[in-house]
Amino acid sequence: MKRNYGGLYAAPQALWLSLFFAAPLAIIVAYSFMKKGLYGGVEPEASLDAYRALANPTLLLVAFRTLWVSLAATAATILVALPCGYSIARSRNQSLGLFLVIVPFWTNFLVRIYAWIAILGNEGFLNDFLRLAGLVGEPLQFLYNQGAVILVLVYMYLPYAILPLFSTIDKFDFTLLEAARDLGASRLEAIVKVLLPNIRGGLVTAVLFTFIPIFGAYAVPLLVGGKDSYMLGNVIADQVTKTRNWPLASAISMTVTFLTAVAAMLFALRSRRKAVHVEIDAGVEATAATRAAS
Amino acid sequence: MKGSDVAVSGISKSFGDFKALKDVSLEIRKGEFFSLLGPSGCGKTTLLRVIAGFEDPDAGSVKIDGREVTGLPPDKRRCNTVFQSYALFPHLTVFENVAFPLRIRRVPNRLVREMVMRHLSLVQLESHADKKPSMLSGGQKQRVAIARALINEPSVLLLDEPLSALDAKLRQHMLLELDAIHDKVGITFIYVTHDQQEALSVSDRIAVMNQGDVLQVGSPQQIYENPSSDFVARFIGETNIFVGKVVAKEGGFATVEAAGFGSLLVEANGEAPVGATVSVAVRPEKIRIGSDEPLGFPELNVRSGLVAEPIYSGFQTKYIVKLAVGGSLTVFRQHANWSEGVPDIEWKDEVYVSWSARDAVVVESSARPPSSGGIRRPA
Repeated sequence: MKRNYGGLYAAPQALWLSLFFAAPLAIIVAYSFMKKGLYGGVEPEASLDAYRALANPTLLLVAFRTLWVSLAATAATILVALPCGYSIARSRNQSLGLFLVIVPFWTNFLVRIYAWIAILGNEGFLNDFLRLAGLVGEPLQFLYNQGAVILVLVYMYLPYAILPLFSTIDKFDFTLLEAARDLGASRLEAIVKVLLPNIRGGLVTAVLFTFIPIFGAYAVPLLVGGKDSYMLGNVIADQVTKTRNWPLASAISMTVTFLTAVAAMLFALRSRRKAVHVEIDAGVEATAATRAAS
Repeated sequence: MKGSDVAVSGISKSFGDFKALKDVSLEIRKGEFFSLLGPSGCGKTTLLRVIAGFEDPDAGSVKIDGREVTGLPPDKRRCNTVFQSYALFPHLTVFENVAFPLRIRRVPNRLVREMVMRHLSLVQLESHADKKPSMLSGGQKQRVAIARALINEPSVLLLDEPLSALDAKLRQHMLLELDAIHDKVGITFIYVTHDQQEALSVSDRIAVMNQGDVLQVGSPQQIYENPSSDFVARFIGETNIFVGKVVAKEGGFATVEAAGFGSLLVEANGEAPVGATVSVAVRPEKIRIGSDEPLGFPELNVRSGLVAEPIYSGFQTKYIVKLAVGGSLTVFRQHANWSEGVPDIEWKDEVYVSWSARDAVVVESSARPPSSGGIRRPA
């Protein structure tokens, strides 16, 4: 008899996840249903106060702004990542392209945000250049607004979109684009009607990998954003460190987590159904090919 | 005729240092089944891609029905392509694959249904309309690709080695089907293949290509019976080639002195004057092999030899015969009971091989420069 050690092999991961993911999550869930302590912390007393406090116009405004910034940044990231992944997949030197995509990870996240401040600031490289070129007299205000937040978010999450897109485009059969052109499609029609549907799996992954972390962004809006770009992540941090309303911070966290999880699941399920279909088709074909070969 | 004529003139195309096409010119007639035949890397697929509009030539022009199309993108040409890999869209059903060109042109739904079903019935796939391409066999995918390429009613259909991925039996069947479709739709077919048998059996005319050049254009019979060069003779079917000097000429026959074969009688016209170096081809099936010496035929070349290798292949046996004069010959023999040499000719048997001077063809002559290369010594 063959023994199944699967459970045993998975034990370290299970232990790790329960200690550092499930347990903290459980604590946050518990806190969100408790009363606020006078100087931070919680009173061990059941209450729904925190969830009632969610229906607050300022909070709703921030929630909608977060949604809008996340959608805009995700859309921009995908629009930049698509041609990028396409050109790496078609280039002769794929490893160089991939290397360049991964290189930023060698520098710390915060350092890279400060690098953007050095570029966009009033005394930054961009303004220096514009002034030297005689294009502007006064420095332009690039930083501390929503545009800067979206720009830096796109920069930060671009690799997470490029990599899955690259790997699906790399497997794409480019003869299909020629066939589409041959059958009367313009260049754009060929891409929209043939390339995009066939790299659906990579698109779904790229969207999930960028939208979810951007929705919980904290450092980027804090450092390059202004009053108009305060996001949910910042509200939660403020509730923990400044206002010291831990139950409210927990309730916001739980709501965000719950909503993103549900949205991501629905999105993945809806796309998966089609993607899985394609995979099954490929499986059937592979089996048929094996049978034909033997 | 519904098809278009295609005129290719002076086409050159290089990829880096590699010259894929060297000043190629061809005239393809309306409604013709025209094959581009040659070994891999000879430029035939590049030429097809130039006609389709996937590659821009470095020089030269392509005209369809007299209209200049060089430089036009593929979607602006009235020709469609059947790809070697089929290139069916995996995310669409068979129906939507065939309907793709109509959807692009925004044809109303009601018409789409009718046109798609008509084309699916042309390739006998009506019952598979709702399947995904991955659920089809190779032959079925090929048919979908043909239906899809025909639905725009092109005037030229370009086929890039469409049968190369199919097994031998299916290939024969699809070939006949292609021929039937050609008869039905009546448009020009340009068919790229490296398989001489395919090209010979369906083409109206064939262009034999090698190393970016067109060596010969002609009907299958012309190409097979009267090859214009050593290369064509060797590439199309098997052949025996003798290289020698013309030493005498008399009444339409030349006597060629060839090393290893002795003095041979060859039917020849002006292209082989006395003193010219010629290469002469004789097809193996035109050589008789037998244990007795045929006597009393003045136009016959007769040599004695030893069977060095009999290769049995069912419908015939191929013999490699080592001649007493030094050279060796390939001979085919069928197996009917009335054929000569029953009981069978076997390994190491002493035999006579003979062929008529009329079946020997001068393929290259120093008096007539060949289309490419020079007279090559037999390997």
